Amino acid sequence: MNKDLLFDFTADKAAKTIYITREFDAELSLVWDAFTKQEIIDQWTAPSPMRCKTKYMNFKVGGKRFYAMVSPDGQERWVLQEYTSITPKINFKMYNAFADKDGNPELPGSEWDYTFSEQSGKTTVRITIYNESFDRMERMIEMGFMGAYTIMLETLDNLLTTLSQKL
Amino acid sequence: MKQDIFQAIADPTRRAILSLLTVQALTPNVMAEKFDMSRQAVSKHIKILHECDLIKPEQSGREIYYHFNEKKLQEFDHWLAQLRQNWKTQFNQLDKILSTMKNQKK
Repeated sequence: MNKDLLFDFTADKAAKTIYITREFDAELSLVWDAFTKQEIIDQWTAPSPMRCKTKYMNFKVGGKRFYAMVSPDGQERWVLQEYTSITPKINFKMYNAFADKDGNPELPGSEWDYTFSEQSGKTTVRITIYNESFDRMERMIEMGFMGAYTIMLETLDNLLTTLSQKL
Repeated sequence: MKQDIFQAIADPTRRAILSLLTVQALTPNVMAEKFDMSRQAVSKHIKILHECDLIKPEQSGREIYYHFNEKKLQEFDHWLAQLRQNWKTQFNQLDKILSTMKNQKK
């Protein structure tokens, strides 16, 4: 599925920056909503079986989103994001930091920049993540520690589909 | 305090030292010569690189040779690969949602 959609992930270690580009088979306004509306963000921004729980989100410059990644055994990792710039349907920027459950950020955080563009019905999203500290980046990855487990589940899904088709 | 690997490789001189060490192990004196720096300046860079495990000292007679610790960078690449996988999974989840949203609009 979606083998033809561009996905590029590169890291410039010296510049402490990660660049991600992904194409989506949908018009820009839908993709913009998927990245900026709480009820949609919560559905996809945690790699399954982790899930996302947003306590509050105020998508405007100076506004914040406070959310947790919740693991299947109920562990919570809180993150506080502050929107620093918004150009509707073109770009938004935010400052992302881990936080305790009361919303006190642990600095330094990272700077995120999202740019959206549409061409012949497909939307490209470019994400730049600048991390001041490597330790922080390690934690960012740790947060998605269920990654390997996810692949296992996907494999199982595919297997089940194949099996059910054979019946 | 433990050094951050990002801070260590953000400095161009330290990157140059590292790339030199990938080819051969060197003593601080030789490094100072090659980079035309004082021993103090070299020691400072060595300290930072050593503290984040990017280089390893090895005593040979009266000299200390510094080696490049490849394992440390591999670890880093492993983390990146994990992060890439997480994004990939999330985007696949989003693909499904977008397709549902498109159908609802119709």
